Amino acid sequence: MAQPMAQTVFAPWDDPDETPLIRFENVTKRFGDFTAIDDLSLDIYAREFFALLGPSGCGKTTMMRMLAGFETPTSGTIRLAGQDIAPVPPNKRAVNMMFQSYALFPHLSVWDNIAFGLRREGMDKDALNDRVEEMLRLTRLGKFAKRKPHQISGGQRQRVALARSLAKAPKLLLLDEPLGALDAKLREDTQFELMDIQEKTGTTFVIVTHDQEEAMTVASRVAVMDEGRLVQVATPDRIYETPETVYVADFIGDVNIIEGTAAPDGDQTHVIWAEGHDPIIGSTDRAFERGQQVFYAIRPEKVAISANRPEDAVNAVKGKILDIAYLGNLSTYHVELPTGHIIKAQTANTRRIARRAYTWEDEVWLSWTGTAGILLES
Amino acid sequence: MRRLLIAIPYLWLLALFLVPFLIVLKISLSDVVLAIPPYAPTLDLSEGWAGIKAFFAALDFENYWFLTSDDLYWKAYLSSLQIALISTAITLLVGYPIAYGMARAPQEWQATLLLLVILPFWTSFLIRVYSWMGILSTEGILNQVLLFIGIIDEPLTLLNTNTAVYIGIVYTYLPFMILPIYAALEKMDDSLLEAAEDLGCSRIGAFWLVTVPLSRSGIVAGCFLVFIPAIGEFVIPSLLGGSRTLMIGKVLWEEFFNNRDWPVASAVAIILLLILIIPIILFQRNQQKQREVEG
Ligand SMILES: Nc1ncnc2c1ncn2[C@@H]1O[C@H](COP(=O)(O)OP(=O)(O)O)[C@@H](O)[C@H]1O
Ligand SMILES: [Mg+2]
Repeated sequence: MAQPMAQTVFAPWDDPDETPLIRFENVTKRFGDFTAIDDLSLDIYAREFFALLGPSGCGKTTMMRMLAGFETPTSGTIRLAGQDIAPVPPNKRAVNMMFQSYALFPHLSVWDNIAFGLRREGMDKDALNDRVEEMLRLTRLGKFAKRKPHQISGGQRQRVALARSLAKAPKLLLLDEPLGALDAKLREDTQFELMDIQEKTGTTFVIVTHDQEEAMTVASRVAVMDEGRLVQVATPDRIYETPETVYVADFIGDVNIIEGTAAPDGDQTHVIWAEGHDPIIGSTDRAFERGQQVFYAIRPEKVAISANRPEDAVNAVKGKILDIAYLGNLSTYHVELPTGHIIKAQTANTRRIARRAYTWEDEVWLSWTGTAGILLES
Repeated sequence: MRRLLIAIPYLWLLALFLVPFLIVLKISLSDVVLAIPPYAPTLDLSEGWAGIKAFFAALDFENYWFLTSDDLYWKAYLSSLQIALISTAITLLVGYPIAYGMARAPQEWQATLLLLVILPFWTSFLIRVYSWMGILSTEGILNQVLLFIGIIDEPLTLLNTNTAVYIGIVYTYLPFMILPIYAALEKMDDSLLEAAEDLGCSRIGAFWLVTVPLSRSGIVAGCFLVFIPAIGEFVIPSLLGGSRTLMIGKVLWEEFFNNRDWPVASAVAIILLLILIIPIILFQRNQQKQREVEG
């Protein structure tokens, strides 16, 4: 009878019966004649850790501000738990925001900052005390409760801002580039802390970031934005493995893009990319017409590097090492092909650096399998 | 060299504050005489040690006793305090919204608005007070306008009343209230108000819970900058006030120039200074605390 329990995967977006917590319906936001958000539709589900990812100025903050109530859509509707939130002022929404600048009240202590929202609710004194203490424990700020914001470090301030926005147990927590001001190590710790807190409290998080690694680390789903539009919304692994456009592939992680024309061949598609070279062989679900322009995208870690042409390689090209970027655990080789293309190949550094097999100017073979890369239309 | 640099402000204070203070203190302990200068004793060093002894022996607190014997003086002090307090409160009520409006105005407007606030300083203070006489008198501009619009049937008596004094003080010291409050509000981060709203405050609630506390140091500084000079104000009550407007600055003037009683006038001035020391120290504390928060 000891059957392993079926691991239920958290994927409400795949369940047609599930109703989303937040629903953007054809939302457009204009500032004057500048369109910041362009006819955007999006569903976010309860308990999700949803990341908005995109370059600076693509409209991420504007999305958050519309959810928090500081901006109203020019057209379209935003629903929270089924209700149009346009007429609800920010102070009446079950949404709290952690501001990009933290926006801690400088005249109040850490304790009073956290209690601020609870006091507005008119919560009774004992319950309020308990709630604030709980938040202090959760964010490990107990020792600093009596300090003013200017008497604590940047990382501690960031945790106060988090505690303050969590204190009211909102249905939805908005985090606008919450970790922007932290150094790399603290950032990583805090990312895990955030995930932990999200899991413990069961709150729906929407996080804005322009850091793709952060989005990949924390999020259940990632929305990649560009100029006020969603380019792709998917789980981090799908965004990474099967980006739908060159823009997404390029934005998330490192990628080699080779432009060519398609030549379908059975269940495979050949990419003719350079005169006098074998076509790249790839497989795809999409149908490409013969002669259609395609972009072949392959991640550097999927490209193997060797001194001789591997016997069984589906795809193999020869080139010369132009540059080596040593990243500690990894090395990235920049290999120039005779055609002028530069292909990046990444290998794990399991050996000491002195014993590395290849060096500058070495002639090497790059090879990859038929399923390693993907074909994109644009 | 470093010591010298540090010493400069102290020498400055010594020359401009302590020495005059000691001179006035000395006069306040002297007796009035019909001479030039109109008080005695004067220090005569040619007599040596004996002269110095005689000089100190002649000093006494007689003039201070005199101040307590006539209730004109303490009434004048109290009335000055009252007028200064009320005008400070009115200046705050008028100045805060102006400073708030300035701080919220579009960035490109702020320099111009700031200039407008300090523009009155470009004309002489006396001329401005005189022009208020022209505005407030029975046949003045204000009465004419009000009569013309039909708000009043008979001209109001404004000039030579306490009302005119309040108007004069509020008008004169308004920039001293506006500037520090503006400076405090202008530094405030707008996202704090959004954060307050986000946490459940109404707009008005956010104003009282965030904007006002954050401009507190500006409010305190502005109030002292108005209150301290308003207590000793002399020109405004003499020109705009009536015979019943009692302010210590006016009393001081009359003792000096009408009665030529320099010793009593000096005693009045010393007491005024003692009264002002408390608010001045509180003002300094406020500035100090503000620097600590910002530093
Ligand atoms: N209040 C506003 N008035 C005019 N333009 C604005 C305003 N707020 C944002 N924008 C513009 O909208 C675009 C998107 O801004 P934002 O959402 O802040 O971008 P992100 O957070 O992704 O960096 C930017 O080009 C910005 O200049
Ligand atoms: Mg932003």
